[in-house]
Amino acid sequence: MTIEELEQVAKSVSQENDKYDFEVNVCMDLACMSQGADRLREALEKASAASGKNVLVRRTGCMGPCSSGPLVRVDPEETLYHHVNAGHADAIVSSLGGAPVPELQCDLNEHFDKQVRVVLENAGYIDPEKIDDYIVRDGYKALLTTLTEMTPNGVIHRITESGLRGRGGGGYPTGLKWGTVAKASGDLKYVVCNGDEGDPGAFMDRSVMEGDPHRVIEGMAIAAYAVGASKGFIYVRAEYPVAVSRLTTAIREARRRGLLGNGICNTAFNFDVEIRLGAGAFVCGEETALLASIEGKRGTPRPRPPYPAVSGLWGKPTLINNVETFANIAPIVRNGGKWFANMGSERSKGTKVFALTGKITNTGLVEVPMGIKLREIIEVIGGGVPGGHQFKAVQTGGPSGGCIPAEMLDLGVSYDALMAVGSIMGSGGMIVMDDTSCMVNVARFFVEFCMTESCGKCIPCRAGTAQMYTLLSRICSHAGTMEDLDLLVSLCETIKETSLCGLGQTAPNPVLSTLKYFKNEYIEHIVNKRCPAGVCNMDAPAPVAVAKEVLA
Amino acid sequence: MPVFTPPPLPSSDNRWKIVNGTMRKNGFARHALIETLHTVQSAFGYLDDDSIRFVAQSLRVPLSQAYGVVTFYHYFSLKPPGKHTATVCEGTACYIKGADKLVDAAEKRLGISRGQTTGDGQISLMTARCVGACSRAPVVLCDGEVVGEMTSEQMLEQLERWAVE
Repeated sequence: MTIEELEQVAKSVSQENDKYDFEVNVCMDLACMSQGADRLREALEKASAASGKNVLVRRTGCMGPCSSGPLVRVDPEETLYHHVNAGHADAIVSSLGGAPVPELQCDLNEHFDKQVRVVLENAGYIDPEKIDDYIVRDGYKALLTTLTEMTPNGVIHRITESGLRGRGGGGYPTGLKWGTVAKASGDLKYVVCNGDEGDPGAFMDRSVMEGDPHRVIEGMAIAAYAVGASKGFIYVRAEYPVAVSRLTTAIREARRRGLLGNGICNTAFNFDVEIRLGAGAFVCGEETALLASIEGKRGTPRPRPPYPAVSGLWGKPTLINNVETFANIAPIVRNGGKWFANMGSERSKGTKVFALTGKITNTGLVEVPMGIKLREIIEVIGGGVPGGHQFKAVQTGGPSGGCIPAEMLDLGVSYDALMAVGSIMGSGGMIVMDDTSCMVNVARFFVEFCMTESCGKCIPCRAGTAQMYTLLSRICSHAGTMEDLDLLVSLCETIKETSLCGLGQTAPNPVLSTLKYFKNEYIEHIVNKRCPAGVCNMDAPAPVAVAKEVLA
Repeated sequence: MPVFTPPPLPSSDNRWKIVNGTMRKNGFARHALIETLHTVQSAFGYLDDDSIRFVAQSLRVPLSQAYGVVTFYHYFSLKPPGKHTATVCEGTACYIKGADKLVDAAEKRLGISRGQTTGDGQISLMTARCVGACSRAPVVLCDGEVVGEMTSEQMLEQLERWAVE
């Protein structure tokens, strides 16, 4: 497909869409689906057909505020309806062309006003299974411009200029990574998309893959051109069956249109993508473990260097980026590096998508410019803690991150600022906790997670997390002593210093950050044998140590 | 060099043809091991010794490696699932919203621990690390379908229905 052909498709699709007087978009993401969005869509289609009005009913990806679901947006008026069910279909359809249905109108202006949509620009506007919907919103324009007008170096320069950093959590500068892979010698190179969103409490990548799959493919293709790769893999969790099927459809459609395959856009550039399924191992989010998994092996990490950029998949230079990183590429190429660099803070550019969950009024997906204060995300966008409870902490970065207390809510969100307070940016899970959460128990929850997800290759992580878990279990029952606490702290240091990969190195973070900000809760458990939040069972028998084979 | 002939299908069960199809699509390459095991599990519900052996031989992967992969990844199961499966999500958001209470209630009602199936093969109680429906926490997958904001009472009602269905 050439640029002219692409523009032709966009034009004819938009003419086709113009035939309709109204567009009724139904959010069909997991959260809305679980509340009957599919029945709602059927009812809307039936009502539209019966009304004789010219209505296009479209299924879309996630619109954002999941707690208000199922959501429907009527265009061109951009009226958003919340808590809609199939019974409301007739009322919505008959209101078209007149005044909106007042009792269904969603008033979340503050929620949306603070957001800036780059990655999620198409979410809620396109049918994820229709490549035409993507094309009409400038889809694949960036790829074809890249292939015909830019050199690989020019692309890398633009990405570097944008200041984009890896959205998987590490925050490594994307342009630098691309440059390293481009310089690596080898006739065969790979591009891998990390869609193994293993962080519990995070679902941004799922929503992007399900709601706008072509965006990921386009980003990968541009990356492949820049680094000289011809083959790509998307590694997706098996727990995300919808993402797998949407990506499969998207890849098929892209191949059919000649946007993947040989001689794309009549150039010498060849690129194709395959999907690889994960199988429920958190450690596979670590890049070397992920590569082992694609090769069909156990997902155990290996020491770096050599980095995958030099020796990755089957020993070939491999570029690995996260879903959200790839999703940022097309807009950067289209609008320029400077446009992107103008958003965000000093050393963290652009926007970040967060999955806002836990004890918060508006749960769902939000995309905010970097540098925004945590307080704005939680109190304004999130609508604060419901039920008259007191905000206690917000957890970012999943099992590798930490808990940030109320005193620090004026912190601007950036890679460095979060690191400085003992947490990390992570992939974007943001879980709000109130006074009903026990911070010692939260730490134990994450350590238990790391213990069961440890691949077992290196001793500090395998045995260390198990020992940490035993100590925390003692504190969460009546058996904890102050010596246990000292031992816990020294164990944290050892695990941090000596583990092989990121999983082990960051496993102590939830413990260290809760100890830093909520030490009084630990003391209360140990000295007064009392759980202030009333979560831990302080009468439970003292826990026994973990099995010997783990510690051997 | 002798030409490799894949082993014959273990039985006339048509599902083996689906499994073979996955391997053929990947050119019987070793790296197709995980993909193939996924196909086996979705066709048969679980992985048993025969199927692991068949896949290992077909892909020329040492049996130890195939078994190692099966036991490494949580998604693969060596036991047949019950007629119905309740999978309680134990992700962070679900934990904060009390998923442990759901597991406790179900364990007590069914008389089994998580990861087990009732003696009559009717219900399996599983847990998941995160199904990505965090905004509707706590979440339970009832036979694969997402049910959000689940309460212990709803959980027990569901189990009662399944016990006789």
